[in-house]
Amino acid sequence: MISLLGIERVFLVGDQPVRALRGIDLEIGAGEYVSLMGPSGSGKSTLLNIVGLLDRASAGSYRLDGLDVTALSDEQQARVRREKIGFVFQFFHLIARLSAQHNVELPMLLAGIPAAERTRRSDDLLRRYGLAERAHHKPEQLSGGQRQRVAIARATVMRPPVLLADEPTGNLDRASGQEVVRILEDLHGAGTTLIVVTHDPDLGARAPRRLRMVDGRIEQDLRG
Amino acid sequence: MRWHDATRFAWGGLRGFRSRALLMVLSMAIGVGAVVVLTALGEGARGYVVNQFSALGTNLLIVFPGRTETGGTGTGMLVGQTPRDLTLEDALALTRAPGIAAVAPLTIGTALMTYGGRSRETIVLGTSWHWKDIRGVEMQSGSFLPAGDARAATPVCVIGRTVRDELFGSEVAVGRQVRIGDRRYRVIGVMTPHGESLGFNMDEVVIVPVAAAQALFDISTLLRILVEARSRSDIPRAKAQAEAILQERHDGERDVTVVTQDAVLETFDRILRALTLAVGGIAGISLAVSGILVMNVMLIAVSQRRQEIGLLKAVGATRAQIRVLFLIEALLLAMLGAAAGLALGLAGSALIRRLYPALPAYAPSWAIAAALLTAALTAIVFTLLPARRAARLDPVLALSRR
Repeated sequence: MISLLGIERVFLVGDQPVRALRGIDLEIGAGEYVSLMGPSGSGKSTLLNIVGLLDRASAGSYRLDGLDVTALSDEQQARVRREKIGFVFQFFHLIARLSAQHNVELPMLLAGIPAAERTRRSDDLLRRYGLAERAHHKPEQLSGGQRQRVAIARATVMRPPVLLADEPTGNLDRASGQEVVRILEDLHGAGTTLIVVTHDPDLGARAPRRLRMVDGRIEQDLRG
Repeated sequence: MRWHDATRFAWGGLRGFRSRALLMVLSMAIGVGAVVVLTALGEGARGYVVNQFSALGTNLLIVFPGRTETGGTGTGMLVGQTPRDLTLEDALALTRAPGIAAVAPLTIGTALMTYGGRSRETIVLGTSWHWKDIRGVEMQSGSFLPAGDARAATPVCVIGRTVRDELFGSEVAVGRQVRIGDRRYRVIGVMTPHGESLGFNMDEVVIVPVAAAQALFDISTLLRILVEARSRSDIPRAKAQAEAILQERHDGERDVTVVTQDAVLETFDRILRALTLAVGGIAGISLAVSGILVMNVMLIAVSQRRQEIGLLKAVGATRAQIRVLFLIEALLLAMLGAAAGLALGLAGSALIRRLYPALPAYAPSWAIAAALLTAALTAIVFTLLPARRAARLDPVLALSRR
């Protein structure tokens, strides 16, 4: 499913090159549930961004579903992001002026899906995540947990095979966090490949496969 | 992405920046409004001049004896010829020309006009019934000179309003016998007040058949011949035909001058049209300058909405889509501004027309179209850079909180 080979990512900080990722080789199969942990600055978010096509590797190759996505044009990459990848962020990143429902519909809007179909699918997801009554609320009228559930609905509304979550519970209280984890794991249970970046050892330990990153390298790859 | 979805999304984006959006709409509105009002003013001035000339009769040509040349000496002077006079026969001959619709001979003199105990010195115009149509005379009561042979010296007259008032007071004038000079005429009509025209006050004249006037003043010549061309486009043809006919009648001598008011009118028309274009252009430039404000607003919008742009990219927006979203926003602003400006400009023009009724201040449709187009183009051109900047935003940086 996801196949990384010799991935490097070099940032320029001032005129000083900083190697955020150093030769990452990683294979993740379809339907896996992987947690990615490590200290701040270890490169785990950078790796997630490269997997999510938000960032480009400085060197190395990345194949998604057998397709070499490093060589794709902007247009094609956008299409891959839209159709194959769902992103869940620590800070939700909902658009403040749009209602919960419209936030959920955003990827479908960009994909050119007709309004009736959008409404049907977003209604369905919001109901499933217990947000039916909140569909027309703006993000500021929602609690943190509700916001993250809206964000998950948005990330999954295009039914992507891969779901990437960057500290999904980092900004939530314990109860809301658990609810969010339950939803993510349900999605995994339904076949979605799930990669979760987290600082929370309890959350990290839940995954069947646990990666630990230090200084831009994968130090540990535990299964079972 | 569907157009109406994109438009709704962009509209939502605008509503988040109301004060800046309003400022931009205002600047666009002032620009468009200025174009509309200024060109309306220019067109009004042009229309005013054209109307003034048209009041003389639009397709009018005037024939007068003698050849007026600008500079140099006419051949007639060298040979010692005096120009031949225009005669009634000349005038009648002109009616043969296919480009000419009507001909009114004109002779003028002054005579004492008497009715009852009252008398006054009056300008006497001798002409034919065609005068009424050529000069657009309207009758207050009675009728104009009778149609028929211009050579008939029928003893009837038509009088101006002032003459009527002074000679008849409150009496009915039509049907009365008056004395002009040493002859008696019957009043058959009173003209509606018309005011100044061709250099004299039409309210103070008495009009008699041209043959009667010639007999009255004991002359056989005409002062002028007024010629009406069949249409505006026939004017040059009518002029050439009139000249040719008179040349033939005057033994091959070109001893008359035919002037068209059209030549003068056309020059004014051109000058004023150019003026309209110029003021419209200046206003248009001010509209284009408002593009700088557009760019400013859009640049700020891009930097304030970095997170939103980053998110759009994360959920699958292409660069092209992000550019389009910002361009639509700018276009919406421009359309709002243009609509407000159009309303402003039309209201302004209406106000000018109300204040100066003589000025037909209507903005020409090309100016309105140009203003709207300039507004839209300005918005698009000055948004290209901000939109490009938005499209190239690095989503990782845009989404980070730092």
